[in-house]
Amino acid sequence: MRTPELVHSRALEATLATNKLIRNTYTLLSMTLLFSGLMAGLSVFLRMPPMTYLLGLGGAFVLIWLVLPRTANSAKGLGVVFAITGLLGFSLGPLLTMYLSLPNGPQIVGTAFAGTGVIFLGLSGYALMSRRDFSFMGGFLVTGFLVVLMAALANIFLAIPALSLAISAAVIFIMSGFLLYDTSRMVHAGGSTNYVLMTVSLYLNIFNIFVHLLHILGVMGGDD
Amino acid sequence: MDLWMKIGSAILLVTMLIIIFPQARRMIKESPKGSPAEWVSALIPIGLVAAFIVLLVMMV
Repeated sequence: MRTPELVHSRALEATLATNKLIRNTYTLLSMTLLFSGLMAGLSVFLRMPPMTYLLGLGGAFVLIWLVLPRTANSAKGLGVVFAITGLLGFSLGPLLTMYLSLPNGPQIVGTAFAGTGVIFLGLSGYALMSRRDFSFMGGFLVTGFLVVLMAALANIFLAIPALSLAISAAVIFIMSGFLLYDTSRMVHAGGSTNYVLMTVSLYLNIFNIFVHLLHILGVMGGDD
Repeated sequence: MDLWMKIGSAILLVTMLIIIFPQARRMIKESPKGSPAEWVSALIPIGLVAAFIVLLVMMV
């Protein structure tokens, strides 16, 4: 009776491929987060000007949209991932310098850092343990992200503090949703998803949660 | 935010919108529909994230 053996063999192969994808993704993610943190520290130490944030983001997005798709399936992809995360980490320097200069600055930054870690571990753990398929959220999340981008664009010129806080809260919820969506994509892909691309997706979710949590804590937790 | 930062931020956001929009349309078309139970299973952890952020704000 070969058919049940064939089915069992294919299921086992898919499970092994999924486990390999998850292992590779989280290993690369932890290395890139560490590297990004070091670059952020260097940027704070060098007292980089505020424009660094914008230039770092711009450079990272050029790499993500133009370079990464062409290199994700080769060894060069690893270098590109570290370049992206290094740039984004370096761009955080001016932001961190600004928040650290507040009276309870170190507490705000530390709380944002720890809070981001708890959110990431909690949501990833839930998606991995429950093995639920969150693919239905994709359209809703990307629509929400587009709305937030448009609101952020408007608020550059409107400069309404309450809208700024609402945007940050919305980004955190959307990125939390993306954490569930991306993690479930890994679990249900059967190993067909590229771990380099998964790492960048997860990293961007964590990065955005940290930046916007820092903003909320900086505004709400200040001594005003 | 000084003027150049505003201009640069606006250019970056518009570029992101232009790049993400076609991908967003594809994702909206291809996303499967979720059942009410599936939506609850997704919204509960996000609700917990909201409660956690309130806790963090109170701590700072």
